[in-house]
Amino acid sequence: MTRLDKVFAGLRAAGKKGLIIYITAGAPDTDTTLAAVRAAEAAGANVIELGIPFSDPMADGPVIQEADVAAIRAGMTVKKFLQLVKEIRKFSQIPLLGMGYINNILNYGQEAFIADFKAAGLDGLILPDVPHEESGDLRQLGTKEDFHIIEFVTPGTTPDRVQEICRSANGFIYCVSVNGVTGVRKIDYAPIGKVAQLVRQHTATPVAVGFGIGSPEAAVEASQHADAVIVGSAVVRHLLDHDIDGAARLIASLRQALDAQVK
Amino acid sequence: MKKGRFGKYGGQYVPETVMPVLNELEAAYGQYKNDPAFQEEFKHYLDHYAGRPTMLYYAEKLTQHYGRAKIFLKREDLLHTGAHKINNALGQAILARRMGKKCVIAETGAGQHGVATATVAALFGFKCKVFMGALDVERQKLNVFRMKLLGAEVISVQGGTGTLKDAMNEAIRYWAAHIDDTYYIIGTVAGPHPYPEMVRDFQSVIGREVRQQIKKETGDRLDYLVACVGGGSNAMGLFYDFRKDTNIKKFGVEAAGRGDAPCDHAMTLEKGRPGVLHGAYSYLLQDDDGQALEAYSISAGLDYPGVGPEHSYFKDVGIVEYVSANDQEALAAFQRLTRIEGIIPAMESSHALAYLEKLIPQTKPDEVVVVCLSGRGDKDVQMVAKALGEEIE
Repeated sequence: MTRLDKVFAGLRAAGKKGLIIYITAGAPDTDTTLAAVRAAEAAGANVIELGIPFSDPMADGPVIQEADVAAIRAGMTVKKFLQLVKEIRKFSQIPLLGMGYINNILNYGQEAFIADFKAAGLDGLILPDVPHEESGDLRQLGTKEDFHIIEFVTPGTTPDRVQEICRSANGFIYCVSVNGVTGVRKIDYAPIGKVAQLVRQHTATPVAVGFGIGSPEAAVEASQHADAVIVGSAVVRHLLDHDIDGAARLIASLRQALDAQVK
Repeated sequence: MKKGRFGKYGGQYVPETVMPVLNELEAAYGQYKNDPAFQEEFKHYLDHYAGRPTMLYYAEKLTQHYGRAKIFLKREDLLHTGAHKINNALGQAILARRMGKKCVIAETGAGQHGVATATVAALFGFKCKVFMGALDVERQKLNVFRMKLLGAEVISVQGGTGTLKDAMNEAIRYWAAHIDDTYYIIGTVAGPHPYPEMVRDFQSVIGREVRQQIKKETGDRLDYLVACVGGGSNAMGLFYDFRKDTNIKKFGVEAAGRGDAPCDHAMTLEKGRPGVLHGAYSYLLQDDDGQALEAYSISAGLDYPGVGPEHSYFKDVGIVEYVSANDQEALAAFQRLTRIEGIIPAMESSHALAYLEKLIPQTKPDEVVVVCLSGRGDKDVQMVAKALGEEIE
């Protein structure tokens, strides 16, 4: 069982919903990132997605684009990202997933990336520009190394593809709540709820809903369809404004709202 | 070969959101490319609206200037809207209409593909949004207004560095959010499968016509093909029909810009390394960390850090030789053709013409060269004036 699997098993046993927090590594600087990871864990985050900044983040909305630009400008690189993971592992055992784009991984070398980052304490990767059709090599390497390659479904994913995707799913299935990019907005969660239901027919792998969630109300609504919710842009906005306390308060309020509904 | 791959290049590196619509597009294109009614409609618009076939012009004065091989120009510049871009825009618009889409979107750098898309949108009654980097909007005001006249909405993209690459990112983001009614008309042989193959097919009319026309002119004698390469659609259009003719040497000319330093050129195939940008695995200008670099060229149609994946394949297997011409060489070629032949070429095409300086001295008088004159230079006059130190208002 990986760190991530243990956390989801624990949540399930406790009847609690998971809270996954996305933080762009190095935005606006690495000290903020380290402090934010500590604060997020203390405020009740169960998993951290650590963004690997890319020059052309085509699945991301304005806030995470801004964070990527800021991080690259401040000198974040894949090698420094590796150091950052090692730093985090000195004080935390929270599951850590890298979220980024395939070119940085290919440039590092897929096999070398998984070997080096697994050793540093990263638990897996989420790559929004790698659909199931293109993730075969990575999944194969990941399975060998107990390193999660997280897969996506969206409201538009056809039933046959949902089935195919579920076949190789591990860690959790990332349910994209809405067609479009990351960023806080009002969302109708019914369509992704239907897809999540379909996912559950095919796999016992936990389901997490993300994209657009920025408030306790939205988190509660989204969590009706999932084992966990993912919050990114709303947290990153605070961090870009150097407001770690604001990010921590938001995460604590999300935690409280998710826990309040547990009987 | 894997689906949508040219050797190891190509693929579909896009968000899951976009996958269903790519699958829908692949199925629709698979159906229509062999449908005589679709092909007939496409040919109708190419012939009667765009102005095909374009002339294969024997540039006698330019030939005399060099005194070696016979030089022919494939006159894509004479097409409606002034460049080869209309071939592809028409093909995809007809496909979009048959797929029942109501809106089309496009990315554009200099604005030529944006104008071509706005044109076909006006013709077919599509709503049209064109994504253009904020810097390009500033640099290409005339084309921005042209698109507005045609009824398109031009969206100025602030993100990144405000050029073509950022425009394409934003077009993909918009598309992901509007997949139900929106068709994305990609302007070159890049992007995720099936775009590289489909755009190639729509542009390959260029090479097929050359094959027919050269028969009449030289009785099949043809030794060299030359075309400029940014994303690579006019070059692919010219080369594709001749890909198995190993006796014909093919040169793709990239923009060498103002120097060899990163961000000073657009020599993706010469200086780049394979990587993924905008949905495909292909040569890419990138830094040591795998971040895509900005490309530079005096020609706004060539400054793209990626290139169509089939060109990467053609490079690796040696079907095409990729070379380059810099800003100054292109500027000289622009003036040379204008003065010698009375034809003002686009700055993009001027890079292909610039390569003649190196190629022609090595040729024999009985040999034959065809250069793709992919666009006309009216759009570049202001920029050329500035580069030559002339003031026009």
